[in-house]
Amino acid sequence: MFPGGPGEGVELIVAGEGALATEEMVLNIGPQHPSTHGVLRVVITLDGERITDAEPVIGYMHRGFEKLAEARDYRQIIALVNRHDWLSAFGNEVGVALIVEKMMGLEVPPRATWIRMLMAEWNRILNHLMFLGSYGLELGAMTPMFYAFREREEIQALMEAATGGRLHFTYCRVGGLKDDLPKGFLQHSQKLVKLVRHRLLDYAGLLLGNEIFKKRTIGVGTLPGDVAKDYGVTGPILQASGIAEDSRLTEPYLFYDQVDFEVPTGSNGDSFDRFHVLYQRIEQSLRIIEQVHDKIPAGPIIPAKMPKTIKAPEGNYYLRTENSLGECGYYMVSTGDKRPWRMKMRTPSFSNVSMIPYLLPGILVPDLIAVLGSVFFVVGDVDR
Amino acid sequence: MILERYFSSPWALLGLKLGAVLIFFLTAPLVIGYVEHKVLAHMQARLGPMEAGRFHGWAQLIADGVKFIQKEDITPTSADKWVFVLAPILVVVPVILIFVVIPFGPGYWAVNLDLGLFFALAISAIGVIGMLMAGWASANKFSLIGAIRGAAQLIAYELPLVLASAAVAMQAGTLSLVGIVEAQRSYWYVLPQIVGFGIFVTASLAELSRPPFDMPIADSEIIFGHMTEYTGIKFGLFLLSEYAGIVALSGLATVMYLGGWHSILVPGIPPPLWTLAKIGAISFLVIWLRATFPRLREDQLQKMAWKYLIPFALINILLTGVFKVVF
Repeated sequence: MFPGGPGEGVELIVAGEGALATEEMVLNIGPQHPSTHGVLRVVITLDGERITDAEPVIGYMHRGFEKLAEARDYRQIIALVNRHDWLSAFGNEVGVALIVEKMMGLEVPPRATWIRMLMAEWNRILNHLMFLGSYGLELGAMTPMFYAFREREEIQALMEAATGGRLHFTYCRVGGLKDDLPKGFLQHSQKLVKLVRHRLLDYAGLLLGNEIFKKRTIGVGTLPGDVAKDYGVTGPILQASGIAEDSRLTEPYLFYDQVDFEVPTGSNGDSFDRFHVLYQRIEQSLRIIEQVHDKIPAGPIIPAKMPKTIKAPEGNYYLRTENSLGECGYYMVSTGDKRPWRMKMRTPSFSNVSMIPYLLPGILVPDLIAVLGSVFFVVGDVDR
Repeated sequence: MILERYFSSPWALLGLKLGAVLIFFLTAPLVIGYVEHKVLAHMQARLGPMEAGRFHGWAQLIADGVKFIQKEDITPTSADKWVFVLAPILVVVPVILIFVVIPFGPGYWAVNLDLGLFFALAISAIGVIGMLMAGWASANKFSLIGAIRGAAQLIAYELPLVLASAAVAMQAGTLSLVGIVEAQRSYWYVLPQIVGFGIFVTASLAELSRPPFDMPIADSEIIFGHMTEYTGIKFGLFLLSEYAGIVALSGLATVMYLGGWHSILVPGIPPPLWTLAKIGAISFLVIWLRATFPRLREDQLQKMAWKYLIPFALINILLTGVFKVVF
C-alpha cells in the first residue's frame, strides 16, 4: 500500500487463524495488452480484484532519441523529434526549432510564427481527439473511437494539404517553415473549426452526459493538486487537479501572449475531470485557431538572410513548450558545432506515468483501466 | 401441427423438427451477426463489411465461419485438456435446446412442453458452467478472472430473470410457452408487465454478457475473459453461442411480452414472420445498446441487480397477484 495514496484507508483482509485464506495473485498487465497504448507494462498484485500493489515497468520502447540527436545536425533533429511522441509531432518539432533559433539568435518572420501556432493547435486537437476516443473504448464504449477518427481524418487532410504529412509533418525549419500555406487553406481551416466544434457535442452526449460513464469515472483515481506537483505532472492531468499551469500562459512562446484563451481546470482531479479538461482544451484550441485566422499577416515564411551553415554558439540552453500532453522541455548543450553535444528532453508522459503507483493501490481492476486511460500518455514519449 | 398431416412416424417427425431447429440455430446467429456488423458500422460513421459476397458484404459471416474452421486449433500446454475441449460444447448446446421450445407460429414449434418457460430458463443457466470450465481450464489468469466474473453475474441476474418470468406465468396461468402466447390474444403482456419487460431485457443482457454488462469478456481489461486462450472452431463456437443467445432470449421476450405470433394492425402476414420480426426488433435494441453505452463495473452491476431489479421484480409479482385476484 502506497503511503498517503487513495488506497491507504482501504482495509485489506488479512487471513487470520480459521479465516478463509486468500492468496494474492501477481498479474502482468502488458507489455502486450489492449489498453496500455503500446508497450507499457504494469505489474499488479491482486487480492481478488483489488489491487494491493502496482509497479509500472517502462523501457520497452526505448529508442535512444537523445543519444541519436548527438549524431545529427539541428535540421535533422527536427525530423527526429517528430517521432518520440507520434501524436503531437508538430508540437515537438516547433519546440526544437524554437530552441535552435534561440541558440542562434535568429529572428523568425511573424507569418511563420502564426502558421506554427495554427498547426500546433490543430495538432493538439488531433492528439486530444485520439484520447477522447480511446478513453471511451477502454471503458467499453466503442463508438467515440470511430467518431474521433472521423474528425481526425478531416484534420489530417487539412494538415496534409500544407505539410505533406499526416502523422509526422516535418513542416518546421530552423528559422521558419518548409512551405507557405496552400491556396484556400485558411477557408478550409475555418470550415473545419465549425465542423469540429459542432461534432464535439457528440462526445459530450455519448460520454460526458452518460450515467454509466460518470459512475465509472467520478471519484476514481483522484489525484490531489499538491501530489501532482510533487510528481512533476503537467498538462491536462495537472489542470484537472485544479492547477492552471500552462506554459502557453505562464511563459508564452510563439505569439500565445497575443491571443485570448483560458486554461480549463477540474475541481476533484479524478478521471472524469481529466477527461473533461481534455474536452475543454479542444474548445480552447479551436478558439485560438479562430483568432489566428484573423491575425495571420502576409509576408515571408523564412528569414531573408539565413546563415549558410546552422551552427549554435557554445553554451547551455533550455526552453519549455506546452505540448499536447503537458510540458515538454528541451535542454541543449552546444560546443559550437553543427550538432548538439547533448540534448535532453523533458517529456510530459514520463512524469505523468510516474504517478501511476500512487493512484493504483486499493482500487479494482476495472478502475485500473479507467485510471490508466485517464493518465493520457504515449509510450514513445515515456521511453523516448 | 402442420407436419403431422404428412408424416405418420413419430421418429421421422421428431428428426425433422430437430433438424429444422438446428438449421435455425445455425442461420439466425449469422443474420444477427451480419446485422450487428452493419448497424454498428452505420451508427459509427463507417461502412462495415463490403467485400465478401459482393453485395454489401452479405457473406462476411460465412467467410468468418470458414476462417474459424481453417485456423489452427491451439490447446495451451498447461491447459486441462478435456475440460478445455468440453467447455465450448457445453456453452453451445443449451442455446440450441432453448430453440426447441420457442413457438414461432400456431403449429410452428418443435416441442410444446407444459413446463416450457421453466425448461428454457433452467437450460439457459447451464452455459455459465461451460464459461467457468473454459476459464479454469485455460490456465490463464485473465480467463480465470473473466470466468469468475461471469459466474457472479449469472447468480445475480438469474434471479430477476426468473422473477420477471414468474409474473408472466402467473398472468397467463400457464408455464407452457405456447399457452403464454395464446393467452395474449387480446393484448400483449408488455402493457401490464412493462416493468417486468424492462427487468427481463436488462437481465438477459447481463446473462448474455452483452454491453453494457460485458464485464466477463471486457476486452480492454481482461483481454477476452474466458475465451482468451481459444482459437479456431472452438472460439467460433463461443461466438456462435453469443449470437444464438441473443436470438434465443429475444425469442423468449417476444413470446412472453410481445404477443409471439399475434399481429397488430396488418393482417395477412404469416404468423411466423411476425415472431421473427419481433425477435429482430429486440435484437436490434441489443445491438443499439452496444453502440451507445460504456461498460459498468462488476460491483455496480451487482448493486443494480440486488438493490433495484430484484425488489422491483418482487413488487411486480405482488401487483400481478393482486391484479389476478381482483379482476
